[in-house]
Amino acid sequence: MARLSEENVRLAKEIIGRYPRARSATIPLLHLAQEQDGHVTNEAMAHIGELVGATSAEVYGTASFYEMFKFEPVGKYLINICGTMSCALMGAEELMHHAEHRLGVKLGGTTDDGMFTLERAECQAACTEAPCLQVNYRYRFRVTDADFDSLVDDLKAGRLNDEIPAHGTVARVRQHIPVDRGVGAVPPEDVTEAPTWMDGKAAL
Amino acid sequence: MTTTEPTPEVVVDPNAINITINGRPVAARKGELIIAAADRSGDYIPRFCYHPRMSSVGMCRQCLVEVEGPRGPMMVVSCMTPVAEGQVVRTETDQVKRAQEGIIELLLANHPLDCPVCDKGGECPLQDQAFSHGPGESRFIEEKRHYEKPIAISDLVLLDRERCILCDRCTRFADEVAGDALIHFTSRGNNTQVQTFPDEPFSSYFSGNTVQICPVGALTAQPYRFKARPWDLEKTESTCTTCSVGCRITLESSRDELLRYQGVDSDPVNHGWLCDKGRFNFESVKSDARLSNPLVRDGASLVETSWSSALSTAASIITSALRSGGATRVAVLGGARGTNEDAHAWAKLADALAIDSVDAQLGDGLPAAVLAYPQATIDDASRASTIILLSPDLKEELPILYLRLRDASEKKRSRILEFAPKGSGLTRYAWKSVPYMPGNQATVVASTLSESSVSAQMAKGSVVVVVGRSNLAESDEYTMAALDAVMAAHPSATVLPVLRRGNVRGALSAGLGRRDAVDILTDAANGEIDCLVLVGSDPIADFPDTDLARRALAAVPNIIAVDTFATASSAKATVLLPAAAFGEKDGTTTNLEGRVTRLARKVTVNGTSRPDWMVALELADILGHDLGATSVAEVHADLVSSNPVFGPATRAALSAHPDGVVLAPLATAPSIPVAPPVAEKPGFGHRLVVGRKLYDNGRNVSESPSLAPLAPGSALHMHPLDLERLGAADGASVKVSGDRTSIVMNVVADDSVQRGTVWAAWAQSGANIGELIDATKWVNDVKVETL
Repeated sequence: MARLSEENVRLAKEIIGRYPRARSATIPLLHLAQEQDGHVTNEAMAHIGELVGATSAEVYGTASFYEMFKFEPVGKYLINICGTMSCALMGAEELMHHAEHRLGVKLGGTTDDGMFTLERAECQAACTEAPCLQVNYRYRFRVTDADFDSLVDDLKAGRLNDEIPAHGTVARVRQHIPVDRGVGAVPPEDVTEAPTWMDGKAAL
Repeated sequence: MTTTEPTPEVVVDPNAINITINGRPVAARKGELIIAAADRSGDYIPRFCYHPRMSSVGMCRQCLVEVEGPRGPMMVVSCMTPVAEGQVVRTETDQVKRAQEGIIELLLANHPLDCPVCDKGGECPLQDQAFSHGPGESRFIEEKRHYEKPIAISDLVLLDRERCILCDRCTRFADEVAGDALIHFTSRGNNTQVQTFPDEPFSSYFSGNTVQICPVGALTAQPYRFKARPWDLEKTESTCTTCSVGCRITLESSRDELLRYQGVDSDPVNHGWLCDKGRFNFESVKSDARLSNPLVRDGASLVETSWSSALSTAASIITSALRSGGATRVAVLGGARGTNEDAHAWAKLADALAIDSVDAQLGDGLPAAVLAYPQATIDDASRASTIILLSPDLKEELPILYLRLRDASEKKRSRILEFAPKGSGLTRYAWKSVPYMPGNQATVVASTLSESSVSAQMAKGSVVVVVGRSNLAESDEYTMAALDAVMAAHPSATVLPVLRRGNVRGALSAGLGRRDAVDILTDAANGEIDCLVLVGSDPIADFPDTDLARRALAAVPNIIAVDTFATASSAKATVLLPAAAFGEKDGTTTNLEGRVTRLARKVTVNGTSRPDWMVALELADILGHDLGATSVAEVHADLVSSNPVFGPATRAALSAHPDGVVLAPLATAPSIPVAPPVAEKPGFGHRLVVGRKLYDNGRNVSESPSLAPLAPGSALHMHPLDLERLGAADGASVKVSGDRTSIVMNVVADDSVQRGTVWAAWAQSGANIGELIDATKWVNDVKVETL
């Protein structure tokens, strides 16, 4: 817990290497920290500050701008029920009410077993499929109370482990930039020639 | 044949831009912002976030003005919009007024309007502009945002987030100016707030400035909270003498009590900023521990007496010392903490009595010859293409000079080439930081300057050498030799001497540097001094070689001390005279660049304290010498007329130039220093480096309740690898031995310390590192052992 693990430090350095300025890697590193611990710890933020050359306060200021970075432990599954217009018209309020009863927590709370955290989200851009929700940012559409119950049962039973990883792994899809394609730590103003892989094609 | 008159050449300034503000033509410069041009033309534009010493961010939107555009008038933010040729700006149209009223209404929507209980009320830009540019009413009837009322973001500064209007001034200051980005906006939208990182306070040396520039009452300073209302404060402009940077300040008092200092924007010096030590040490002026009446020794104790009897006792001590062995039996130490007039009066007294053993420094500075090199000002240094540091850690000793040089580096005007025995606050901003082992600096400087990259850099433009005492545990000759190495490699370089005591340059220029304090104290220890006069000096606490100071003071039969507080040294005094403190006396002071500015008296002296100059004049009178002056104005006039160095600093000149008058270098040619031997690397032990921290045991910190807890305390800093080799854990107690004695200190791993050296801070509570310093040695080595 706490600071980034040795493996993640290696990864962090690789990520930092993709940017001309180390600070630009702050947000990817925050994702890495959240992936490690399920939430972003103070120690991890201080560690990220050391890695990118920023103060802890600057890292915290950046991280706290984003709702999806959590600073307190959340459940293994973060359920976001949409609360915006279309979903509200199609019964999101009632669904939330049902979810609170089913999980035994109030909106914003985490179940005692640490499995579920219930949140309301703003529009998730699936208005045609209202009411919708996300579990660890994976969609569920036209959710009825029965759908919700079976979703909770499936998650508890581990039947969705392949589809829905534990919270924090939203950044699982990681870029792997071949060595000859990475710009590396070069200030943009110092780049005078197009990268070799461009083969004379015009820059975008 | 016809002759043609040569047509006068019209010089066109390529950067000149002509704009119109409110129908009047205004000459502006390329790149200037509309708000700055309007400030010069006298068209006031309301603002909260704009600050001329920081970058513009357009945060508050209060400075909206109307600019004529291709499709008619448009609203622009005047702190973000640069002037352009032919621009037509209007700052007082109905639309501008509507915009200003709208912004004020929005800013006040969440503002608690608790002005009656707010420290800022009465001098608050938000309050003032709500009256002058606000709508007068609010349509906001909903519940306001609530936060916990003030939270401490550091030991000195409290933050009330309800009052905050998110102008970004404090956070911008912390990041851009101070370089301590320890406060930042957190969260988003309606919840945006200024915060520190959890459990990491805003412990910047410059935190007090955020209180001064806060345009609302969100940031308040612990030492001033609820002490006064702004309209009750009386203000006088003066100069801070805490260190020798000489920042311009206002002294603000109510009911004859100093309540706060505020920075004044002096372009050549402090740009409006102050360090927290300078800003908050007004508390020490009103300390209960101040001396208020003269004391004369009666057996084992000091008893209160009248000034006339104390002065006559002092005079008779001096007379008998002069009679017994002549002028060599009397010595004067100190004078660097007073005014130029104090120094001049004491110098004249020493002249009258033919006393030669006089030093304003206490073995912790540099020979006065450093003032005879071609001199640079702070502005020269901050504009130089190369700044060479042969100085102590400026962040710790001269914080505002640190800000100026940091700014020069950050704005890419200058490159800093640092030579230091230990990493300093400026190391991370340095172009090149070259470590040296104390005793070897001249060689390291010479070889570094001969590198082609360095000489190419130095050839690019002007070179300023910032030179001061970086290590109290080595001979000052090493610094002088290193300076000479720079001057030999680059003869056109100029020198900014950074002697640190408030008015040390004034005291030396007035003639209080005749003989080195080391020699004086050695004489005293050998029983060759009968009377030692301490003018605001405390050798036992301040002289690097504590043992020598102690032996010297024990051997002197009679000590006359003139001081604001009773000190370790004055405890042995025969006569102890209470001196007027900063803020209690008029006069002038000289900063490290030789800039003379005026000091002002704001409060009545404590008890019957008298200024140092008056004590000197009265002593002279009793001793039968007329020094030709009876007031501070007359002493100043005499200083200006009799001392050519101070010639330009006349009363009229000082009145005309509030930023001061810069003195010429001292006329004496630099003495050729004794070439000190290159000290070998220590064999078994570690070479000792002793520097300073901003907060120490000095009286202006220890007697200021808000600052005293900030002193870090005594510790031995060691490189982590040396610590590992020693086999001691970080924080463990270790035995540190010199030739004479050994002390026990806690050891701290610190990778800014060079391997083979150890570093300790001077004048901290706990073990006194001065016990291990031998002032007669070129360098001092110590042995560190685990317990």
